[in-house]
Amino acid sequence: MTEANVAATADERVKQQSSLQKALIRPELGGICGTIIVFALFLIFAGDSGMFSAQGVMNWSTVSAQFMIIAVGACLLMIAGEFDLSVGSMIGFSGMMIAIFTVTLEWPVWQAILATFVMALAIGALNGYIVVRTGLPSFIVTLAFLFILRGFTIYLPQIIERKTIIGGVDRAAEGDWFAALFGGKILTGFFAWMGDAGIIDVFERGSRAGQPVVEGIPMLIVWAIALVIVGHIILTRTQFGNWIFAAGGDAQAARYVGVPVNRVKILMFMFTAFCATVFAACQVMEFGSAGADRGLLKEFEAIIAVVIGGALLTGGYGSVIGAALGALIFGVVQQGLFFAGVESSLFRVFLGVILLFAVILNTYIRRIITGER
Amino acid sequence: MKSTLKSLLLAAAVIAAPLAGAQVASAEGEKYILVSHAPDSDSWWNTIKNGIALAGDQMGVDVEYRNPPTGDLADMARIIEQAAASGPNGIITTLSDPDVLSGPIKDAVASGIDVIIMNSGTPDQAREVGALMYVGQPEYDAGHAAGLRAKGDGVTSFLCVNHYISSPSSTERCQGFADGLGVELGDQMIDSGQDPAEIKNRVLAYLNANPDTDAVLTLGPTSADPTLLALDENGMAGDIYFGTFDLGENIVEGIKSGVINWGIDQQPFLQAYLPVVVLTNYHRYGVLPGNNINSGPGFVTKDGLTLVEKFAGEYR
Repeated sequence: MTEANVAATADERVKQQSSLQKALIRPELGGICGTIIVFALFLIFAGDSGMFSAQGVMNWSTVSAQFMIIAVGACLLMIAGEFDLSVGSMIGFSGMMIAIFTVTLEWPVWQAILATFVMALAIGALNGYIVVRTGLPSFIVTLAFLFILRGFTIYLPQIIERKTIIGGVDRAAEGDWFAALFGGKILTGFFAWMGDAGIIDVFERGSRAGQPVVEGIPMLIVWAIALVIVGHIILTRTQFGNWIFAAGGDAQAARYVGVPVNRVKILMFMFTAFCATVFAACQVMEFGSAGADRGLLKEFEAIIAVVIGGALLTGGYGSVIGAALGALIFGVVQQGLFFAGVESSLFRVFLGVILLFAVILNTYIRRIITGER
Repeated sequence: MKSTLKSLLLAAAVIAAPLAGAQVASAEGEKYILVSHAPDSDSWWNTIKNGIALAGDQMGVDVEYRNPPTGDLADMARIIEQAAASGPNGIITTLSDPDVLSGPIKDAVASGIDVIIMNSGTPDQAREVGALMYVGQPEYDAGHAAGLRAKGDGVTSFLCVNHYISSPSSTERCQGFADGLGVELGDQMIDSGQDPAEIKNRVLAYLNANPDTDAVLTLGPTSADPTLLALDENGMAGDIYFGTFDLGENIVEGIKSGVINWGIDQQPFLQAYLPVVVLTNYHRYGVLPGNNINSGPGFVTKDGLTLVEKFAGEYR
């Protein structure tokens, strides 16, 4: 996307475009259309199934937010021209490290989380360093880390605790403000008020009778929105954002004009690792335990969300907002199929068909509006 | 031409399937959702699906089966939340990791949905999350009973082929067996993964490295079937003491031919069937059995295999 030079005098070298056309030529247009279609379909087929009740909305929002967090990282990295297949393993690994630090080593939770972030960023940097130094496809390098990290995630708790799930993190995290940054909920007062006012349902019985069914907005969703906003601003409003596009579009040309391509790529690998660790920290703080199987296949889910959102697999084109919409579509479809009562063994068939449809639609729209062939 | 017609029919069936499902959901009758922790690749759960479908037919209620495709328990927690949000009369779920699942289950109970814990978990944990009852086989006790039996048969060392190592209840089975034998579990449990070829080769490798292993314990058809092949290949079939949890077609064959000494049947059919019956009667007439239901353990040996053989993998 090049910003048209808004000179006072018309320049005959710059093709005139209407503002409508300009508004349309955006990578996220496909994502916007897809989102509208998906919501319309589920409103028709699952409108009365509880999918759009407070609990239902919170359910698919949480799942979408999970996808969003990893999709933002994957999106920026993909625009910079690289892949990270180790995202899922990194989620499992980071979660496990937080649990080992807090439960086995009995570190304070804030220290455990910070140490894990440092470790994850180092691994991300290593990923990036190997890719830029060897010139190997990131596909292969990160595939190696997919296995290495998953292996450690199973091995470490096995030798330390003789089990594959380490629990008790929630008890250690009680009262820790830093842990609340990942596992807490905000706006609880507002939701309590909505419950009292009868706007949302309240629990009918038990120790929580009278409390609203949705307690508040989980930090997971706050993180997702914050990452999307920050990612979008960096990508579209800063010099660094232009460097990301340049590094992915044509790395050699970018180097000739002075873009530090290697640094950009390594930083993007670190950012992907950061996003995976945010995901892991939120999950561990919410559920109070880390398991060796957490995050399986999440790397593909991240890539799928990004591609639905209109990014090119080859790099140099895409948008964070698009990726966020892709994550929203993915989350709504995944949970919505449950709500719509689709036979569960056919679930993947529908998911596959809808994903394929979304991507084809996306490509088609992009070709029309950009005139690309 | 014929194949075109066939694929058209198939396409029609695929498109019509969700619509049919939607129609059933809107029909009269209570709605119950069963949520399991099993990944799609675990074939043992087919019996559960058949059991719940049969119960749904017989009681005239709507039943649904849900599971996390990769077996990721965090995904399962979301599925339970989703199930609660869709407003069923009852949820039947496994409790394979209380840390992850107790929150969503407690929320479901608090929002007025009756919950029965089946398969994984313990009666204590079921009571703690506010479930009506527990239907299943206490895993540690079952492993312990099996260990005592094996000890009586002269076993002193064993290999536990754990194909689902991320589930604590799988590890409890191995631990119970070791305690029943009175030996340390130590390195005798291997993480075999879910892939048949990998399981087979890991068993071969372990038995190669530890040739004087007395017994092998598998935790279900997923690990038992490849282990049978492995034992055929290294010639230990029939010689090594072989016990397994759960039944399946190949396991029944193995018991019949004497390669497998016994299979522990936890009768999964009952775990799916009984909760639906219990919940329906509870909701219609307010009657509820006064205790938890132990669906197992029952040892299946060479004697009395006829019915088991007939329905293995379907209802047994």
